[in-house]
Amino acid sequence: MSSETTTLTSGEYIRHHLTNLTYGQHPDGTWGMAETAQEAADMGFMAINVDTMFWSIFLGALFLFIFRRVAKKAEAGVPSRGVAAVESIVEFVDTSVKETFHGTSNLIAPLALTLFVWVLLMNTMDLVPVDLIPWLAGKAGIHFQKVVPTTDVNATMGMALAVFVLILFFSIKIKGIGGFMGELTGQPFASNSLVGKIAFAPINFILEMVGLLAKPVSLGLRLFGNLYAGELIFILIAMLGLWQLPLHFGWAVFHLLIILLQAYIFMMLTIVYLSMAHEKH
Amino acid sequence: MNINMTLIGQMIAMIVFVWFCMKFIWPPIITALDERRAKIAEGLAATDEAAKALEVANVEAATITDEARGRASEIIEQGNQRGIQILSQAKDEAVAERERQVSAADAEIQQSANHAREELRSSVATLAVLGAERLINKEIDPKTHEQLLEKLIAEI
Repeated sequence: MSSETTTLTSGEYIRHHLTNLTYGQHPDGTWGMAETAQEAADMGFMAINVDTMFWSIFLGALFLFIFRRVAKKAEAGVPSRGVAAVESIVEFVDTSVKETFHGTSNLIAPLALTLFVWVLLMNTMDLVPVDLIPWLAGKAGIHFQKVVPTTDVNATMGMALAVFVLILFFSIKIKGIGGFMGELTGQPFASNSLVGKIAFAPINFILEMVGLLAKPVSLGLRLFGNLYAGELIFILIAMLGLWQLPLHFGWAVFHLLIILLQAYIFMMLTIVYLSMAHEKH
Repeated sequence: MNINMTLIGQMIAMIVFVWFCMKFIWPPIITALDERRAKIAEGLAATDEAAKALEVANVEAATITDEARGRASEIIEQGNQRGIQILSQAKDEAVAERERQVSAADAEIQQSANHAREELRSSVATLAVLGAERLINKEIDPKTHEQLLEKLIAEI
């Protein structure tokens, strides 16, 4: 544990680790960093988690930087090792997209690649020792620091909502407003007569809306839940004294799987949802 | 755990990243991959073709070698025959030459013998005349005894 947290109880230690560095408007009208978790909560919607934004943008920029360098060097000749490594990721995403999505879209494959690598990088921050960066930040006078952006529900739901917007956009673009509404009201209960259709429409609409809204919620909360739980276990292990060393190692090995798997699931679900949006029934 | 503006911030960040990826990362890499794939396919096809060409060339080479071998043995055969021919011709010539020389030598010997015989004959005639002169002690007039002498010479 860091020198700063030795005086904290375990409950406070955990809560401290799970609080974002929040900038926003205090209830008294002034703007500034939240000093406690309660203050952060009181700021309401008009606040921003600086650590989440910093790490996610930093990691996204890192992804763009590395891949852009490779994209500049990419040619049909013999690739260098670095280029080959990046190309293998691109090829993996390309294969996943082609297997699932059969339409033509210039957006879906780059979207899947971005989400996969970005989420993977953000999840990987979980493997940095839980106290290291918060401790360094504490030395620099920053109270809170959550280094794994995907343990912030804002980050995961933000991405999920962006995907949801794309689902709506493509549904309407491919099927038209009428087609999309028809899909929402014409199933699962179908009728051949006009009266039956009108009678079934409201209940179909409610059912379909639940299904539709469940998509972004499950997408965002699944990623958040897995990473949040993983982070929490790292924090709990960190309180065990000397025994934390083998346990950290064991959990980190197990967590490698979760990191990769959750990034992959996030990408695949995005592809699946968007290919469903492209399909006409 | 508070829902706040970070949600919107993350959406904007994601849109920017995806846009950048779509514009500047995905197309060049995927183009390069497709080009390489096409190149590899081309290379493999070329390898197949080369293997086929090699097979054809091998067959052709075998044919040419066989032909050359046949021709070589033919030439050797011809050479042998020509050698035998030359040898027998030389032998014939040698035999003819020997016979020619032998006959020439024979002729010469004959000629020398005849010559010697002539000489001997004339010497004998002279000796006979001389002997007769001594016997008779009188000169024999060769003119008167010419007939007799000639008869004598012819008898020798």
